[in-house]
Amino acid sequence: MLEELEQLHEAALQQLAAANSGDDLDNWYKQTLGRKGSIQLLTRKVGSLAADDRPIFGRNVNIAKKALQEAYDARAQQVKMAELAAKISAEALDVTLPGRVQPQGRLHPITQTMRAIYRVFGDMGFQVYRSRDVETDEINFELLNFPPHHPAREMQDSFYTNTPDVILRTHTSGGQIRAMHEYHPEPIRVILPGMCYRNEQITTRSEIQFTQVEGLAVGHNITFADLKGTLTEFARRMFGEERDTRFRASYFPFTEPSAEMDVSCFLCDGDGCQVCKYTGWLEILGCGMVHPNVLRNGGYDPDTYTGFAFGLGPERIAMLKYGIDDIRLFWANDLRFLEQF
Amino acid sequence: MQVPVSWLGEYVEIKHTIEALAEVLTNAGLEVKTIDYIGIPGADLEWERDKLFLAQVIEVEQHPDADKLVLATVEYGANRPKTVVTGAPNLFQYVGAGDLTERRIFSPLILEGATYYDPYKNKRKTTLKGRPLRGIYNDAMLCSEVEIGLGDGHDGIILIQEDAYGPKYVPGTPLADVLGDAVLEIDIIPNIARCASIVGVAREYAALTGQTVRYPSYDVVMEGARVGDRIVITTGNPEFNPRFCALLIEGVSQKPAPYWMQRRLKLAGQRPINVMVDISNYVMLEMGQPNHAFDYDFLRRRADAYAPDGPVQIITRLPHDGETLTTLDGEVHKLLPESILVTDPLGNLSLGGIMGGLDSEIKDETTNVLLEAAAWNFINIRKTGTALGMHTDAYFRFSRGVHPSQALLGAKRAAELMRVLAGGTVARGIIDTYPDVPETVVVDLDPVYVRRLSGLDLDSAEITTLLQRLEFTVEPNGALLRVTVPDHRMDIDGRHDLVEEICRVYGYDRIPSTIIADALPPQRGNPELEGEELIKDLLAQQGLQEIITYRLTSPELENKMLVTTAPDDRPYVKLTNPISPERRVLRHNLLASVLDIVARNSRYQERICVYEIGQIFLVDEEEILPEEAAYLALAMTGLRTNAHWQQDDSAWIDFYDLKGVLEALFGRLRVSVTYEASTHPSYRPGRTAKLLIDGQQVGWMGELHPLVAEALDIRLEKGQGVYAAELNLPNLLAAIPGQTLFRPMSAYPAVREDIALIVDSTIPSATVEAEIIKAGGYLLQSAELFDVYTGSQLSPGKKSLAYHLTFQSPNKTLTDKETGKQRQRIVRQLENTLGARLRE
Repeated sequence: MLEELEQLHEAALQQLAAANSGDDLDNWYKQTLGRKGSIQLLTRKVGSLAADDRPIFGRNVNIAKKALQEAYDARAQQVKMAELAAKISAEALDVTLPGRVQPQGRLHPITQTMRAIYRVFGDMGFQVYRSRDVETDEINFELLNFPPHHPAREMQDSFYTNTPDVILRTHTSGGQIRAMHEYHPEPIRVILPGMCYRNEQITTRSEIQFTQVEGLAVGHNITFADLKGTLTEFARRMFGEERDTRFRASYFPFTEPSAEMDVSCFLCDGDGCQVCKYTGWLEILGCGMVHPNVLRNGGYDPDTYTGFAFGLGPERIAMLKYGIDDIRLFWANDLRFLEQF
Repeated sequence: MQVPVSWLGEYVEIKHTIEALAEVLTNAGLEVKTIDYIGIPGADLEWERDKLFLAQVIEVEQHPDADKLVLATVEYGANRPKTVVTGAPNLFQYVGAGDLTERRIFSPLILEGATYYDPYKNKRKTTLKGRPLRGIYNDAMLCSEVEIGLGDGHDGIILIQEDAYGPKYVPGTPLADVLGDAVLEIDIIPNIARCASIVGVAREYAALTGQTVRYPSYDVVMEGARVGDRIVITTGNPEFNPRFCALLIEGVSQKPAPYWMQRRLKLAGQRPINVMVDISNYVMLEMGQPNHAFDYDFLRRRADAYAPDGPVQIITRLPHDGETLTTLDGEVHKLLPESILVTDPLGNLSLGGIMGGLDSEIKDETTNVLLEAAAWNFINIRKTGTALGMHTDAYFRFSRGVHPSQALLGAKRAAELMRVLAGGTVARGIIDTYPDVPETVVVDLDPVYVRRLSGLDLDSAEITTLLQRLEFTVEPNGALLRVTVPDHRMDIDGRHDLVEEICRVYGYDRIPSTIIADALPPQRGNPELEGEELIKDLLAQQGLQEIITYRLTSPELENKMLVTTAPDDRPYVKLTNPISPERRVLRHNLLASVLDIVARNSRYQERICVYEIGQIFLVDEEEILPEEAAYLALAMTGLRTNAHWQQDDSAWIDFYDLKGVLEALFGRLRVSVTYEASTHPSYRPGRTAKLLIDGQQVGWMGELHPLVAEALDIRLEKGQGVYAAELNLPNLLAAIPGQTLFRPMSAYPAVREDIALIVDSTIPSATVEAEIIKAGGYLLQSAELFDVYTGSQLSPGKKSLAYHLTFQSPNKTLTDKETGKQRQRIVRQLENTLGARLRE
């Protein structure tokens, strides 16, 4: 019997060595260690042994079973690894084939630019205040210190509507008046984004409809130096830490003193290029200290309040930032354009 | 405004390079738009200092072998004069005139090897080479305007006649030092009307550099007979015509103006005409006062008709009813009631401050001139000039404001130049009618205010110095400064204006940059904007592209949305001055704008999924301003997914793609929206739903009506539809719950049961689902539709809806018996309410 056990053990090990797949291994296990396997069948013959031999035989069977189980486990691991290796090698992919891209949605580049502006000014305590597109001449011009027939009105050609003294706003500055009326006598720090309209020829540089972001700060102690500081911070956050700003005198009826802010050209680093017309500077915004008449029209006493205001054009900023050379692309909404941002 | 730097330099010393000068002016608010260089470094053609000289013409002789050539001998600073061969027609007059030295005639001379423009090839550079001309070797050239880039003239060489009044020339001076120049183009924004003259710009530069202006002389030598009662001037409307100055200049003769004057006019953008017209323009450009010369004999002849023994009468007045005016250019103009006229008793002579009349204008034979320099109300001039479309140089200045004090100075300056340059005699006596003298502006300025507004810490002495540089008079007045504003500063009317002047002269760049120290105002946020921005993000996340369209549109475009029904008859906000018919009203319909963009893209794109949030404009009969309502519109068409190498043709986007986008949007906003089958003229019947929140309609969705898609010219393939939705944004935002509470996850397992119910096809699935949820009780977590079947296995008019039901208890593991019971209840309930039958 022991001899038979030894032969079975030997034979099983040989068969196991030949097992090359999961199926082979399953068959081997059934035939060898399973309930009807060869080892199990042999143990049933234990009754034919002398009583003294039975424990020895039993021990040997257990040793053999354990050895075969270990051999099986080892072989099973080998086969698994081999099978995996074969599968891996057979299923290699061309990693350069295109992936399955889900359709992407994007925000309009002007919305993206607006948000960048909101963020920077939001961090400085300026909140967004919006007002209407169709305005009275009074809000859009008169209360902003543009008297009727004032030459400054020629700087902004209006669209008139079929209601007298109702126009499409030419700038978001009218929102200054609305914000002041709503908040006075509290101090104010707001930005006023919105769509504006001017009766101009549509060219690569000018549109009849354009967005603007106006800013307004009113308080007891706001100076031109604060205006410079605030807008310089804005320029650096918007266009890069290393940017310089330049303020030069200008004119807006609703501010005095008034200024234009230029930012050192971020395309050529101020060396001069086509975009900055070889000046090294880019015109970015107009600004100034709120005119006392405007403060008064808004409900603030110019003897105790001062303020600054500024206005900038998101399209211009987007054009500079992305190198867009035609303003008409923004409202044409060609997806081939929009998908680039 | 074109400012030749050489001219500017007559009134103030230029202490900067051209570029630095431009920057100084720009920073002070006189923005230099362009710099045009002539002959000096920076110019396209730089005049070589050792090859281009000013030469004096000494003698002109006929070429011995050529009728059409002369030999001109010129002095140009070298040891020996040079003789050049030239065909210049304007030299022939000097042939045989002998020695010309005393006549002081000069011309630019180019030596061999110099670069110049080939006169026959537009600004092509060439090099002068010596060559014999009819036997006489020629190695230099006297040149025309075009050859050195001074202008277009090529009829002859440039001949410069020195005169008593103009500059003195030295032969041999490098040409760049005589005619080299730079012209600054300055943008005259409304508050720097005072700089619409060379003296005006000089005054600014002087202030910025701490200099005093060398003003032109306003003295006039009056040696003629007294004006006396020969002329009477009446200003009928002083509010429109506060001052009228006139001088009589007799015996002038018409001829070309001297070279230096013509050259300045040309550089400043004025075409020289003749000495009298040129003087008028020159004075306007020089010191800013427009002026007008009448033919005095013409006026006198008219006076002979209305008052043979009386004076010439000049009356400024408003027009009579129906009165017209024929201007210099021969145009007949209708007049505004407030257009002020210069007239005599027989009729009008010119449009005050804007343009002269045809008949009274000086002519070549005019010898006696009545010179007018007046002041006009700038608003009145602006209205008239704009209405009549007459944007003359005088209009440019008067419509921006010229102080009445300038009128007398301008009149004297022009008269003196006419005396000196046109050989006139100025009659003694200036007629100066000045009924409305403006008050001098005096401002009390508190140095504390200067600091409060500018952030600059300047003391009274510093403020005084800065203002004095701009010709303000400053005296102490207690703790304040009493500042008297000079006449030419019509833009100054308050202390804030003075702060700008102080900052400008001090230098904007020297003012510190500070962070606002003032208290932060209350921070309110903007929930409406935040809601909008959230919706934009949620739609972009779902693969839709945001667009921004024109809010100006046409009724025709919008009515394409309604081709299946009657056009929109609600009134529009209309523009009275549209730039095109396509942009003549403010829109009623955001979706129409969005679909127009879909149509434009449909030529290029296989998949178009776009949305916009924007305003529509509805006329409100009760208010003067329209209602501006924010809407969300979205449109989807084309292929559902991007093409990919591994899959077959992608299916078309359909109704349920759109609905899925909306459901996901509402789900993320936590807004509960119901969809109710309905009809709308823009949408395809049977595929249209009304969107409701709490029973209130907030919008529409569905497949666009095929006829609407066709009308909008959206290009579609077979089987492709356009799916669209529009929502009232404030209603949607208002439904977003302010607060969402966390719901704990059950620790006990969920049990899933499937159920298929057969109902009438007409019953909406939403109704079935609502009944299931109602019957399922609190244990039913969700009912998810996974199959809809109609077909041969069912009787006609029936459909089968199959749901995954998920049961879960928050506090125990559910048994089969318990879920079975719930399922039974659902089936029974639906049998009762909807006549449903369980599909086995």
